[in-house]
Amino acid sequence: MSLLKVTVNGQTVEKDIPESRTLAQFLRLDLGLTGTKIGCEEAECGICTVLVDGVPVDSCLYPAFKAQGAAITTIEGLAQNGTLHPLQRAFIEHGAVQCGFCTPGVIMTAKALLEQNPNPTDHDIKVALKDTYCRCTGYTSIFNAIHSAASELRGEGPLPWKRVETVGPLSAVGQPVAPPESVDKVTGRARFTDDYVFPGMLIGRTLRSAYPHARIRRIDTAKARALPGVRAVLTHEDVPGDNIHGLIYDDWPVLAADKVRYMGDAVAIVAADDADTAERALGLIEVDYEPLPVVYGPEYANTPEAPLVHEDWPTGNLLKHIKVRHGDVEQGFAEADVIIERTYRTPTIEHMFMEPECAIGVPAGYDAEHPKLTIYVGSQIPYEDRRQTARALGLPEDQIRVRGTLIGGGFGGKEDIAGQIHVGLLAQKTGRPVKMLYTRQESLLFHPKRHATVIRIKTGARRDGTLTAVQAELYGDGGAYASLSDKVMTRATTHATGPYVVPNAKIDCYVMYTNNPPSGAFRGFGVTQSAFAVEQNMDLVAEAIGMDPVEFRRKNAQRVGATTATGQLLRESVGLLETLERVDRDMRGGTPGSFRWGWREGNKAYGWGIACAYKNTGLGGGAIDRSVAEVEVFEDSSAEVRTSSADMGQGLTAVLAQVTAEELGLPVARVRVLLSDTDLTPDGGPTTASRQTYVSGNAARHAAITMRDALRAVVAERLSVAPDELVFENGRVRANGTAVELGEAVRWMREEGREARARYQYDAPATQPLGTGGDMHFAFSYATQAALVEVDLETGAVRVVKVIASNDVGRAINPRTLEGQVEGGISMGLGNALTEEYIIENGVPWSTLFARYKIPSIKHTPEIVSHIVEEPTADGPFGAKGVGEITSINTTPAIANAVYHATGVRVFCNPIDQDALLRALKAGAAEVHTTWHDVR
Amino acid sequence: MTLWTHYHTPSSLAEAHALLQSYAGRARVIAGGTDLLLDIRHGHLTPPEALIDITKIPEMCSLIQEGDDLVIGAGVTHTRIVTDALIAARATCLVESCGVVGGPQVRNVGTLGGNVAHALPAGDGTTSLVALDAWADVIVRDERRWLPIRELFLGPGQSLLDPTRDLLVRFRIPLAQEREGSAFKRIMRPQGVALPILGCAAWVRLDSSGERCEDIRLCIGPVDRVPVRAEQVEAAVRGQPIDPATVDAAVAAGRTSLSPRTSKYRATASYRQEMIDVLLRRVLPLAAERARTGQAVPEGVGME
Repeated sequence: MSLLKVTVNGQTVEKDIPESRTLAQFLRLDLGLTGTKIGCEEAECGICTVLVDGVPVDSCLYPAFKAQGAAITTIEGLAQNGTLHPLQRAFIEHGAVQCGFCTPGVIMTAKALLEQNPNPTDHDIKVALKDTYCRCTGYTSIFNAIHSAASELRGEGPLPWKRVETVGPLSAVGQPVAPPESVDKVTGRARFTDDYVFPGMLIGRTLRSAYPHARIRRIDTAKARALPGVRAVLTHEDVPGDNIHGLIYDDWPVLAADKVRYMGDAVAIVAADDADTAERALGLIEVDYEPLPVVYGPEYANTPEAPLVHEDWPTGNLLKHIKVRHGDVEQGFAEADVIIERTYRTPTIEHMFMEPECAIGVPAGYDAEHPKLTIYVGSQIPYEDRRQTARALGLPEDQIRVRGTLIGGGFGGKEDIAGQIHVGLLAQKTGRPVKMLYTRQESLLFHPKRHATVIRIKTGARRDGTLTAVQAELYGDGGAYASLSDKVMTRATTHATGPYVVPNAKIDCYVMYTNNPPSGAFRGFGVTQSAFAVEQNMDLVAEAIGMDPVEFRRKNAQRVGATTATGQLLRESVGLLETLERVDRDMRGGTPGSFRWGWREGNKAYGWGIACAYKNTGLGGGAIDRSVAEVEVFEDSSAEVRTSSADMGQGLTAVLAQVTAEELGLPVARVRVLLSDTDLTPDGGPTTASRQTYVSGNAARHAAITMRDALRAVVAERLSVAPDELVFENGRVRANGTAVELGEAVRWMREEGREARARYQYDAPATQPLGTGGDMHFAFSYATQAALVEVDLETGAVRVVKVIASNDVGRAINPRTLEGQVEGGISMGLGNALTEEYIIENGVPWSTLFARYKIPSIKHTPEIVSHIVEEPTADGPFGAKGVGEITSINTTPAIANAVYHATGVRVFCNPIDQDALLRALKAGAAEVHTTWHDVR
Repeated sequence: MTLWTHYHTPSSLAEAHALLQSYAGRARVIAGGTDLLLDIRHGHLTPPEALIDITKIPEMCSLIQEGDDLVIGAGVTHTRIVTDALIAARATCLVESCGVVGGPQVRNVGTLGGNVAHALPAGDGTTSLVALDAWADVIVRDERRWLPIRELFLGPGQSLLDPTRDLLVRFRIPLAQEREGSAFKRIMRPQGVALPILGCAAWVRLDSSGERCEDIRLCIGPVDRVPVRAEQVEAAVRGQPIDPATVDAAVAAGRTSLSPRTSKYRATASYRQEMIDVLLRRVLPLAAERARTGQAVPEGVGME
């Protein structure tokens, strides 16, 4: 221990701390300043940025004693006397805050920039924020926020939010409302799981497998248990309930027993007094493995010589064969004048949410606040966590409470169990709270990812441009455990015709077990992969018949009255053509004569590419799609809406507050939102499949309507007016001249002995399973995107210059958070096209560092133009349908098509490799079938 | 995970040297720590007992002009180099190479000395130091002496300096005189580890006519286990007029004399060979132009 003297946010601090502290540890652990977040501990992601004597540094790898005598500024030091700094206000106003986990680092980096440069250009902002990553926003809003704050700091006033055109707003719905937790997220007050500390809390760690595939002969924990400071070492033998979990199939051991199936498998867990002791204990656990041959990929998995990943699975390594049969494909191809058949490959893709997984278990009866076992976690499905934890612990579900914390990004990657069960086991065993925070490297190794696929697709069309048939074969790498593979690859399969009228289709998908990390949910849910193949094949067919790519899509686009390949009649809300027309008009810039798909300027080639997409809203396929919400109104004329649905940054809190406010006639600011607590909030179902605005939006809306009707009856009786004469507006209930505060109505209701609380269970319209020919989904969102790329003909480097996007979302409940989804979705699609790939070598992940998996940085941000199309769906709240995924699906094929128009080279696998592209250009080759993982 | 146990911040070179010797191999020198601490965290290096922070030693943090030379302390950060007007004007390639290391947060703490001590075959700062014919002031095996920069490199990641005993104190680089100029460029890919596919720095002196190359030093890498001068490329340019024919000759010399290799997840050998052409065509005319005009505005800082 040594004395560190520093100034922190203007306060002198002198503290005896270990010399081994990093600056981030000093701030978070010794001072409790948890606004500084840790994203990678590699000095790569930049979200731990604080200012040391005004200079931004990555505090995660900055020795605390390096700052001896310095003045440190953290996010907590920005607001003065309760007044937000202009940057903090601007980040809220311009929608630059989504999950909020990177926000402190981004704001601190921006603050250092503005101190040096009061009037930065976009280029200056890119240079300053190049290595401060954000996974949610796509950065456009961050540019806008920084320009606005700079303007305000220069005394020129803040800049207005760049409004997107939407249909006329109501009093709350349709307004650009900031999510209620935004202020906490810009001040550092927002608490994510790792920010919680409980007295006597232990640190948990997980021993992961040493092999991708091996039999476990023996596990010896004696030495680890003997280490001083170690409070528990648990293996499969210590699981009191069923040693199994899973979202659809129960195939994933809580702790590996007889074998390990991937490198992320948990073999043992440890709880110790501190992280170092826990880490040392892991090294003392002896595991005797018998390595087995590795099932390294889905095509190999389907061969007879491949060993079995799950010996007891009835169909061997075949997790599922998914089939779409529609019309007669042989007839369809016989009618075709042109048939194009190609094979596309898409890699494993990582979510890279900025907050690595963290869970805390507090044992039952630990203190007054924790009468039952409580799991703190940022999860997309709290009730599923409870169900799976209860089963493993052998407890009734009501003996466990899952308390959702804020979620630092999810994108589908926080649906499966991570540490929830493990901390429950350790907490019950030790009788003390246990925190398990995954390092970034462990997170990369462990959690389910986007499926790698091989997609062979054959498209037939008549010379007049009419599609006649699509036949496709998809292989999906399901990895070691099923997770959501069945559903994800079903979506890839059913969407493999694209959003087009295809009279004859035969599509087969084989999802395979392998010894790779499991694959599961990831924004786009399989459709991202099939769209990459479908939309490129569409361009190939268009070219073969000599038709403009837009005209070809226009001719075949799904319309009201069309039938999908799964036999669903589209009765309403099909905005595809409108999105196509808006993008096309914008792309051609109103001068049709001069438009070219590709051209060259010096050593640069430019090209436009277009792609369409559709994506279901909701679970579909016959699943009950239910959300329950509760609305309570209080005597101070405020309300609270409660559901267990998750907000991982997408803006659900704002949407729920808006629909509730709209129906109760309250200002949005008077509505609080409580989410993700299995004791306090009813089950909103999983936050997946772009479903929450629709299902929980409806549940909240109907709960609010029920509440309003109850209050209406009370007020009508008290004021002796007809109930339908009462208007709920601006926190008051009024009728011809008379008005009462809503809170007064609540008092009246309570006087009658009734609580002013209403609960509504919303069930979405019924759907049918695949193969039955009925409605597989209750709504689809549609989109078109055009990308303009620049290819450096000397280096092959590809840059996305501009993206024009149009999304049919039914109704824009909140235009600002909607724009965040659009911009963030495009950024993620751009990463999928150009920068990202999770590389696995014979079952051993290579991409286990943040530094080895590049997500788009602010420097990659293209100009984005967004057009919102609102074709309402009858059952959606105010007509709304899903938006979270549709925004991201067609960016990648649009970029690939643009690269083709720029260079004449078509790339059949992503991410696009400049090395291979340049070699193809030099060789005069027209196709690239390799990517950078082939560079070795 | 504890990455080190004790942290010392000596205020003099002698104190730093004595501390290192007292730990007898169990201490490491730290400047910015952006490479060192990663190596420890990723298990490439056993956590040392102590870190000896050299960034408070005045001699190692000074940046001073001595006649026609610039003396840069090994503990000077990339940011200080990038924002220094004298270096931008008269050792331009060093600004261009230090300006593309990491992001701002890393450049704010990472040092030129650390870049050299890490001994990568294509360290950005190193590439320019070699082209600038820098010398290093070192304490090796208790003896203080000046060495040509290239003598520090023994192999990939291997330095003449023992990081548990020795100290890299300062660099000395000749500042550009009249008719001298330099430039640095590199090629990156957007995927994977942020190491250059290829980097190239050139220093050029024109003859009194301003048309011919009187002398040239060119470093391109990685093409070998250590940073090397591209001597045959230099020979193709030295004494020749700076014109397209000479650049073509340089490219031809590069093709025959340099043999870049394929490295996993970075670049194929054939792509690198193409990039040698591209870099020579970008760097040589730029360095010559700067030599002719005496004007140099660093390019690509913070973005490449």
